Amino acid sequence: MLEVRNIIKAYEGKPLLRGISFSVSQGETICLLGASGSGKSTLLRMIAGLENPESGHFLFNQIDLAQTPPHLRDFGLVFQDYGLFPHLNIFDNVAFGLKMKGFNHEGHKGHKGSSKDEINRRVAEMLALVNLTGFESRKVPDLSGGEQQRVALARALAPSPRLLMFDEPLGALDKSLKDDLLNQIRNILHQTKIPAIYVTHDQDEAFTIADRILLLHNGEIIRDGAPDEVWNNPNSIHAARMLGMGNIVEGRTQKAEGGKWKVESRIGRLEITCKHNHSVGEQVSLLVRQSDGGDEIKLAVEDVLFNRGQFQVKTESGLVIHMKNAPQVGEMILVRVKVECLA
Amino acid sequence: MDCGDEVSWQMQNQNLNYGGTEARRKLILGVFASPWFVRLLLWLAPILFLLSFFFFPLSKILALTFDPATFTSPNNLQIINHALLFTFYQATLSTILTFALGIPSAVLFSRFDFRGKSLLRALTAVPFMLPTVVVAAAFNSLFNQNGLFSFLIPNHLIPNSSFIILHSAFPLILTAHVFYNTTIVIRIVGNALSRLDPKLEAAARSLGADNFHAWKNITLPLLCPALLSAALLVFMFDFTSFGVILLLGGGSVSTLEVEIYLRVLKLPNLPLAALLSIVQLIFTILFSILYTRTINQVTAQTAPGFSLARKPKTLQEKTFVTTLCILLSAFFILPLLSLPLRSLTRLEADRGQRGEVQYGFTADYYKELFINRRGSLFYVPPIQAAANSLGYASVTVFLSLALGYPAAYALARPTRLEKFLDPLIMLPLGSSAVMLGLGFIISFGRALASPFFVPIAHTLVALPFVIRTLQPALASIPERLRQAASTLGASPFRVWQTVDFPIIARATLSAATFAFTVSLGEFGATLLLTRPEYPTIPIAIQRFLSQPGGLNFGQAMAMATLLMLLTTLAILAIEKLRLSNSGEF
Repeated sequence: MLEVRNIIKAYEGKPLLRGISFSVSQGETICLLGASGSGKSTLLRMIAGLENPESGHFLFNQIDLAQTPPHLRDFGLVFQDYGLFPHLNIFDNVAFGLKMKGFNHEGHKGHKGSSKDEINRRVAEMLALVNLTGFESRKVPDLSGGEQQRVALARALAPSPRLLMFDEPLGALDKSLKDDLLNQIRNILHQTKIPAIYVTHDQDEAFTIADRILLLHNGEIIRDGAPDEVWNNPNSIHAARMLGMGNIVEGRTQKAEGGKWKVESRIGRLEITCKHNHSVGEQVSLLVRQSDGGDEIKLAVEDVLFNRGQFQVKTESGLVIHMKNAPQVGEMILVRVKVECLA
Repeated sequence: MDCGDEVSWQMQNQNLNYGGTEARRKLILGVFASPWFVRLLLWLAPILFLLSFFFFPLSKILALTFDPATFTSPNNLQIINHALLFTFYQATLSTILTFALGIPSAVLFSRFDFRGKSLLRALTAVPFMLPTVVVAAAFNSLFNQNGLFSFLIPNHLIPNSSFIILHSAFPLILTAHVFYNTTIVIRIVGNALSRLDPKLEAAARSLGADNFHAWKNITLPLLCPALLSAALLVFMFDFTSFGVILLLGGGSVSTLEVEIYLRVLKLPNLPLAALLSIVQLIFTILFSILYTRTINQVTAQTAPGFSLARKPKTLQEKTFVTTLCILLSAFFILPLLSLPLRSLTRLEADRGQRGEVQYGFTADYYKELFINRRGSLFYVPPIQAAANSLGYASVTVFLSLALGYPAAYALARPTRLEKFLDPLIMLPLGSSAVMLGLGFIISFGRALASPFFVPIAHTLVALPFVIRTLQPALASIPERLRQAASTLGASPFRVWQTVDFPIIARATLSAATFAFTVSLGEFGATLLLTRPEYPTIPIAIQRFLSQPGGLNFGQAMAMATLLMLLTTLAILAIEKLRLSNSGEF
């Protein structure tokens, strides 16, 4: 459906996006994960037609959107701080897109804007979808943050957009409200089958909502895949770091034996399978993950703290391990780990 | 912090020590020390002052209009009708023109960053603080038939240019109003524009609104309160404008305000003047109420929390910014520059002078200010007017501080009754200066020989400013700072000296400068009240302007330049005080 082709964009003379390409298909929710200032929001604004790329194309159903002004694109946009119209009540906010659709189609033959009844019905339907039935005549400032974001969602959904875009929609909300709303959004997206692009810097959100995750780093997409694929094979240091995997150790290759490399590192000599072409004595980064089926390594305990039902153990080598039972500080422990080469 | 409470608490303590025999003393002292009595004392002077010098004259004016013969006379009705229509007409035109320059300027200052932005912005605000006589003199120095404009662009270059200059009173008045009030539009609409979240327009566009519908349904309704309140305020200032219309119009055009002046001094008819001023008062009160309502809606909007201003990018934007910057600089600098320039150049023959006119720079007009020429209207040298002005201004500063302090002190933590008193104190601000003068004439006719009435009128105008400056400062003194200081071992006097005094001192200086500036520039009331032997600077300028000849015109320019310099220094002082104040808190 939506195809993004080689988008390049600079911000104040500095390259922001350098050749972004991906596509979104029917009913799919993709999540663009990237640090703040990485150009995620700019990309959304360009897809919406509010800004233009320096080069590259956006296609929807094989049709180039370059000549389509934002108001004729039929793409819904949900903002972080909601962007509700403060001078309109909830009903008029949700009905706004429907009324505008009426104006845009007035000139066409056979098309007529929605009648008043239709608009009333659609607004009621949308408010019911986001559990805000009866809020029609309320004013925007009287609503809580979570309620405002649900109105923003209902407003974006009301004109039945061809694509929905979320720009860090839950950034301003607290944790429990966030989880609740995230599940609502996921259910609604599954029900309506509207393709969606969800932009965030929060990996928990990304893994909850996405059918596919795209990692944006330094103006490029460094990983594109299903959540489990991305999680199991981040493939690069940057990706591993963005996913919050802190156990990365530096090592030096020693020798190859039957497709496996022996690597010397501060947590001992490790054996890795690796698809890269290394030479002897090369510096490599290794991602270390706890795994029952992995190799055993010996670590010295430096600090122990209790966190979310288990003990978080910091070792002298810098690795952080999770354990059911608390070890003593200074004790040597045996941990089974899997080691991957990141490059 | 009721000092009354503290005192009565001390009384109780004393009572415990001395026993029941002190009961009578306690009762008497208790009354004097009770909070309401202290508050009454605070209010006594300001209320007495307002009653005798504002409400009493107002009632006299009202009483004068209650003669059926006054408001049924067809002649009177025709004059009122004519003046009212013309006032509305010129105020409407002025407001439209002010918006024509103000709206693009508001966009310029709220949406774009460019070099010299804050300087240009400050420049547009300068005229608002200048006395009307200075602005009128500045426009005369540029556009008058003796002005720089007609000298630099001689008749043969632009055919009919002398026609334009001689018959340009009305356009000149409108231009002066734009010069004065553009800053209001820039402030109010510009603030609203910079508060307007661009996300809202983006949201509207993504919901299917084209540019026009996004503007009509989102941008315009959100800006509406700001546009409306700016329009009301500009209209109100244009509606009550007096000095500009009298000095630039030279009596050829007559608004309500000018008509009141004419019916007091030139074609005396006090009942008609009274009726005119009541009509004027009703309209200004109406506008003030409307303005207060709309401005409250403006402040209710939320800010996006970041600046929307950025450097101009496209050619269109660059052209817009450059053109408007040049236009604004020229419009605001030219009159202010031409005034001092004209005061130093000889362009025409002096009165009675024969032979070749010597063009060129001259300090004569300044020297003449110290000389009392025969045949002059003055019994004293013109520079005496400056001394009078300074004297009046000093008395005004003293009076308005003495009256403003207790009122501001009480209003810093007002009771419900005092909140009701607040708009009453502000009322003199809404009534016109000419009307204040008229009220004095009707009420104190015979006593007016005393030069003391001029500073009293000035105090009436300055008092609201003084209270509005002192009250927030007094209210802002943080109780916690006082408590912190005393827990750190400061005695009550040391607390006052280290916490209260620095804040109060700064606010007092600022309020005093305000009162001083108001008094220096006050024109309307002074024109009606002043005795010929005690002219002020603005009155002297007006007299010089209404006399023929190059020397008189030059002296008007010289005096206006002096007044402009004095006022500018005062404005700078106020700004400086305000800036360092905000830096500290």
